Amino acid sequence: MIRVQTGDFDIGAEVAALTGGRTDIGAVVTFSGLVRDASGSAPVTSMELEHYPGMTEKELARIETEAHERWPLQATLIVHRVGRLAPGDNIVLVVAASVHREAAFEAASFLMDYLKTRAPFWKREEGQGEAHWVEARESDDKAATRWKR
Amino acid sequence: MKLLYFAWVKQKTGTGEEDVMPPTGTGNVHELIAWLKTRGEGYEAAFADLGVIRCAVDQEHGDLDTPIAGASEVAFFPPVTGG
Repeated sequence: MIRVQTGDFDIGAEVAALTGGRTDIGAVVTFSGLVRDASGSAPVTSMELEHYPGMTEKELARIETEAHERWPLQATLIVHRVGRLAPGDNIVLVVAASVHREAAFEAASFLMDYLKTRAPFWKREEGQGEAHWVEARESDDKAATRWKR
Repeated sequence: MKLLYFAWVKQKTGTGEEDVMPPTGTGNVHELIAWLKTRGEGYEAAFADLGVIRCAVDQEHGDLDTPIAGASEVAFFPPVTGG
């Protein structure tokens, strides 16, 4: 399941909704990303997340489908926030549920690596009266290449 | 054809969305960019370094060689930074 939203999410409630009424799930891995108050040595006071409506949902769905093709997963969830966020706020949530833990761990990692390099979101950080677009990190590209087949 | 621009590409072109009619024979993304750069300083600045430009044709990731014949939507943006 995919959701792009401006509002916050509650990790406990999301996991409960995903696993509620089911007895086939033996492992749930969650990853959540938060806004930091600094980028290197520069303070960050707020962040604006822009996205490409339409393509974002399609790309996240493609990434999710690929995870299900690669691992035996019982359920997955990707929630990504857009709009204005403050340090400490949630940005992204990935949940992967499977029978045994290995698939859930690997799928959650894969979902985040692909999301970071393929899903059309852009971060703009503000601090000390200045704003700048966050630059893509080579380490994220590198992390994504380990899933290439 | 609808063109979309995001993040600093949008700031440099000065527009987020526009409808255009590229000249006949504009076959791929690279040729579309070459034509866009003739449309003003903002476009020239946005597409000055193609190494930092990413694109999507009809909401699927593409590259400079991706054909645009029959496409209804082409988007230009910097490398993504979500998550």
